[in-house]
Amino acid sequence: MTFFSNIWRNEKSREIIVQIIVLFFLGWFISWLVMNVNANFEALGKDISFEFLFIPAGYDINQYLIDYNNRDSHLRAGIVGLLNTGLVAFFGIILATILGIALGIIRLSKNWLASKIAYWYVEFTRNVPILLHILLWHGIIINTLPHPRKAISLGEVTFLSNRGFYIPKPLTETGIELVYLFFVIAIIFSILFAKYCKRKQDLTGIQYPVFWINVSVICSLPLIAFFISGMPVSLEIPALKGFNFRGGMHMSPELAALTFALGIYTAAFIAEIVRAGILAIDKGQREAAESIGLKPSKVMNLVILPQARRVIIPPLTSQYLNLTKNSSLAIAIGYMDLVATLGGISLNQTGREMETMLIVMLIYLSVSLSISALMNWYNSKVKLVGR
Amino acid sequence: MSEKIYKPGNYPDLPPPPGTVGVYGWIRQNLFSSISNSLLTIISVMLLYYLIDGIIGWFFLDAVFDADSKIACRKIDDGACWAVITRRVGQFVYGFYPEAERWRIDITFLTMFVAFAPLLYPDIPKRKWLLYFSIFYPFFAFVLIMGGYFGLQKIEYSLFGGFMLTVILGVCGIVCSLPLGILLALGRQSNLTVVRTLSVCFIEFMRGVPLITLLFVASSMLNYFLPPGTNFSILVRVIIMFTFFSAAYIAEVIRGGIQAIPKGQYEAADALGMNYWQKTRFITLPQALKISIPGIVNTFIGLYKDTTLVVVIGLLDPLGIGRAALADTKWNGLSTETYLFVALFFFVSCFAMSRYSLWLENKLNTDKK
Repeated sequence: MTFFSNIWRNEKSREIIVQIIVLFFLGWFISWLVMNVNANFEALGKDISFEFLFIPAGYDINQYLIDYNNRDSHLRAGIVGLLNTGLVAFFGIILATILGIALGIIRLSKNWLASKIAYWYVEFTRNVPILLHILLWHGIIINTLPHPRKAISLGEVTFLSNRGFYIPKPLTETGIELVYLFFVIAIIFSILFAKYCKRKQDLTGIQYPVFWINVSVICSLPLIAFFISGMPVSLEIPALKGFNFRGGMHMSPELAALTFALGIYTAAFIAEIVRAGILAIDKGQREAAESIGLKPSKVMNLVILPQARRVIIPPLTSQYLNLTKNSSLAIAIGYMDLVATLGGISLNQTGREMETMLIVMLIYLSVSLSISALMNWYNSKVKLVGR
Repeated sequence: MSEKIYKPGNYPDLPPPPGTVGVYGWIRQNLFSSISNSLLTIISVMLLYYLIDGIIGWFFLDAVFDADSKIACRKIDDGACWAVITRRVGQFVYGFYPEAERWRIDITFLTMFVAFAPLLYPDIPKRKWLLYFSIFYPFFAFVLIMGGYFGLQKIEYSLFGGFMLTVILGVCGIVCSLPLGILLALGRQSNLTVVRTLSVCFIEFMRGVPLITLLFVASSMLNYFLPPGTNFSILVRVIIMFTFFSAAYIAEVIRGGIQAIPKGQYEAADALGMNYWQKTRFITLPQALKISIPGIVNTFIGLYKDTTLVVVIGLLDPLGIGRAALADTKWNGLSTETYLFVALFFFVSCFAMSRYSLWLENKLNTDKK
């Protein structure tokens, strides 16, 4: 008896015993699940197979970035959906970032009225479910915008209607390669120039207006190339033909609603993150920077922002990730993203719930795990070294 | 300009310079301190003017509050047509719960405030007695809502809907996910490799996939994992998924709280000879939970908002009721009114929750005293 009680009293052996018990129950639980699945599948005459991915999907997708028609396979439909998810996430992230940073800064401004407006924007937006935002915007576009015939025209080139937005489409002609080339050269130049200036500053302490020089180089070089090669870009302006617009780029009501809703909703969270990040910097840092005579812009760029960035970037990425995951709500308004194609119509047509949901979940999981791995790496890189 | 020269001695206090105090001073400092600031103020005022002007007109002055259909609305005035709400307000609140039995829901939700009061406000008088009621409340609520006992008519789950469904899903999810979240957080910090790995896998999986895929699993696949013939209500399955999902987020918040506790606290507890559970109960959790209150409440608010997702798997929460109303040809196209009404409900409840969290945070902040 003493032998067993000794084992139990020893911390090391007790830990091992507890873990073995946990493992045993886990194994039992998993085998129970597998047995249930087997029994259920047998009763229904089903099996697990991924062959359905290669049979024709048979449904149409109204928005695609790569060629797709209803004779293509379920796999291709899934890829189209994945790309659509990426598309809306891309636009949404751009909108959310710009709006969010602007709001976060306005919220901290000394102007009482502007800061209150930003505050109430944030409160109203983030306290309403994202699905409501999506449905609301979709409803506004579909129900309140006019028919294409009476579309709201912005300068006769862009049209807003309840069938979506029509914007001019840039058509490239021969000679455009020169512009691309100059653009690449400008970027390489600005990276090298920034490095050079950094080294120069480290050595001598002289600062150069690196940012403005680089911006003007990146803007002007491709522009010069554009004029040299004889303006190889023309705009295809959408025009009303019959009941609808032809030509130009078409942004469907679903894509537009989803982009607005995700962007506006996430912007509220980003605004709070930016505000918290800037407030997290010790007041003494700003005071010290001001007392050694730095200009307000230098105080911000050289002292506050580099420190705030460390606080801001990790939650910012997790907001981007949330935005991407929230884009799966597209299914509520019929935007064909990954969940709506593979996890929606393909699932219903083939009846393979297990397989389709497994693929969809694994894709989302791998995206978010890889991004959080990236964030861990970033965090360990910028972490203040504790001594 | 001559400066007044003061000789040594006592002088009466002078009033502050003009333009720095009072209403005028406040306006000058907060709205017109510089040219760019003044511009910002003018833009804000213009924005507010157009916004308020449009909102009041559309919401109230030109709005129609009762009519038979959208067309009838438009004949009366061209603002919002709130008739779609006023004609169906019962459905928006109770779903398809039988009209004669709706008093049961009213009582359940009124007594809910009594049951939550001692948990939310520690200073409430007679707290101990109220706590007994809080423990008893879940059974009371279950019997009252579901029926089937004490001569109450049994009500099918499928009739649940509207704001009632939102509150049921939200409250059940919140109440169940906090304990599970705490356990997961402790598991993630545990020394036992197996327990830690399991917790990490569970948390990362739940956080990595969108909630909507989990709801699909709940609605279409969960039965495959249970013994053949088992069939339990979709409502329960959805609540389980909500609980798992938000427990993973809560676990991460609490883990942040646990990691923020100074190491000296554990060392002191070890020095006192406390065992693991004593340490957890008296040292770790009280401090970690206090730090993580804002994060926990934010997760709760997120869960509460996410209950709207059940509309995708066909449950009739307020959005589902709203979409059903919009599918009616009489109300076709009144989506803005419907969704704004539902949005208002969510705004009020979520804003109240976030205010409560601020209040609690201030109350528990022992640093300030």
